Amino acid sequence: MIRFEHVTKRLGGRNVLDDLSFEIKKGEVFVIVGPSGTGKSVTLKHMVRLLTPTSGSVWIENTEISASDSDELNRVRERFGYLFQGGALLGWMSVADNIALPLREKTRLSEAEIADRVAEALRMVGLENDGDKMPSEISGGMQKRAGFARAIVRRPEIVLYDEPTSGLDPITARTIDRLIHKLNADLGITSVVVSHDLQGALLIADRIAMLTGGRFVEVSEPKAFVATAQPDVRGFLDAQFISKKGLEGMM
Amino acid sequence: MITREPFYSDVPDSLAARGWRAVLLALGEVGRATSMTAHALAACPLVISRRRWRQELVRQMYIVGIKSLPLISVVGLFTGMILALQVGLELRRYNQEVYIGSAVMVSLLREMGPFMSGIVLAACVGSSMAAQIGTMTVNDEIAALETMSISPIRFLMAPRIGAMVLMTPLLSFYTCVLGVIGGGVVGVTQLNVPWDQYISMAMDIARMRDLYVGLLKALVFGVVVTGVSCYEGFTTTQGAVGVGRATRRSVITSILLILILGYIVTRLFYDL
Repeated sequence: MIRFEHVTKRLGGRNVLDDLSFEIKKGEVFVIVGPSGTGKSVTLKHMVRLLTPTSGSVWIENTEISASDSDELNRVRERFGYLFQGGALLGWMSVADNIALPLREKTRLSEAEIADRVAEALRMVGLENDGDKMPSEISGGMQKRAGFARAIVRRPEIVLYDEPTSGLDPITARTIDRLIHKLNADLGITSVVVSHDLQGALLIADRIAMLTGGRFVEVSEPKAFVATAQPDVRGFLDAQFISKKGLEGMM
Repeated sequence: MITREPFYSDVPDSLAARGWRAVLLALGEVGRATSMTAHALAACPLVISRRRWRQELVRQMYIVGIKSLPLISVVGLFTGMILALQVGLELRRYNQEVYIGSAVMVSLLREMGPFMSGIVLAACVGSSMAAQIGTMTVNDEIAALETMSISPIRFLMAPRIGAMVLMTPLLSFYTCVLGVIGGGVVGVTQLNVPWDQYISMAMDIARMRDLYVGLLKALVFGVVVTGVSCYEGFTTTQGAVGVGRATRRSVITSILLILILGYIVTRLFYDL
């Protein structure tokens, strides 16, 4: 579904991504973890060509998105939903209008149908009473949930989540995790999640990849990920007090 | 697609090479800003094709036109008053103060009307555009639009440039009218020129060609202010500091271009 072939991205005089190659399968929940500043968000941005590789190529099925013209790029992007770290809601529109935006701009749905879809999306993220509020009137966590609703309202094939649970309280964070898992299980949506929250990652991921130094040092299923001896992964797990035994308890 | 990736290249040692590099970078920026502006102008017909998009155009026209009116009114009025006073003081030495109407009208129609309205719009509306779009850029809102396949140029820039194209000539004309009134007030109260005579002299010298050239200038200034401001906004980096820098750069660049293009249009339409 999504394939990186020898992608290198040079920013600020250093290789943020360094000859990175991997493939994400259709319907998979693929979680990318790693320390701050290692290029997790940069990797995500390459998937919708918000950034272009310095060398190498990015493929969405049979389309090389890293070399698409603008028409093809728009067609490919319509298959995506993207949740940004801060929600990225437009400040002059209400929460409901923000969520309705992709439907109003890119579909021919009637206002009644749009209202139904928006209400359903708001209910999913627990904001059913906040649709009329402006983004500045709700908390950062609520903005993120509204961004989540906007990302999924068009029922995309692929959803990219950039830190979907950071800044959220543990209960809301687990709600979001369950939503990602549910969307994947019910609708077969391919999900790529960038996260620091390893506990959530272990709950929802089909595979977890650890990005360090511009490359994946480990790509494996959650159980294998927790059991690995790879030192960078072990350090990351230990820092979050996660052990194999603890994982079995969680699952 | 909006290029938001930072440009990195090694800074050369020699002064000449650094100068050449700066010229190339500046030319690159001019090219990208011009291309963006052309795309926005081309997207203007789309803006009136849907009701929701037309509403945004009207909202922008309100911001450009109605919200600028108080400042434009004061600037127009006092520009005319200052022109009348300065010219009148000189003309009175030759007992020719009756001609201040002609001087004020020509100055306003040809130069001061479009120039002053352009400057006001660069300072008020352009800076606001750069700050708003710059903030959206650093908050990933522009990237969010792109990932939804919504063109930020069509969605944000086209209604703004459309509103400027429609409103700037009107504001320029309004500035001229208020300037002439302001000049008349000074003429009547300070220089003892009868109102009828002032208006008669002003209307005698007014030519439609001067009006058209002035309105064309205003239109060009409107496009330039929007193009520069939106470009600065879309290419903002580095958070709040970057937004401040983009706002400042948009005002400085717009004013410089208003001066330069004002001269070029004048030179094109008036033979020496």
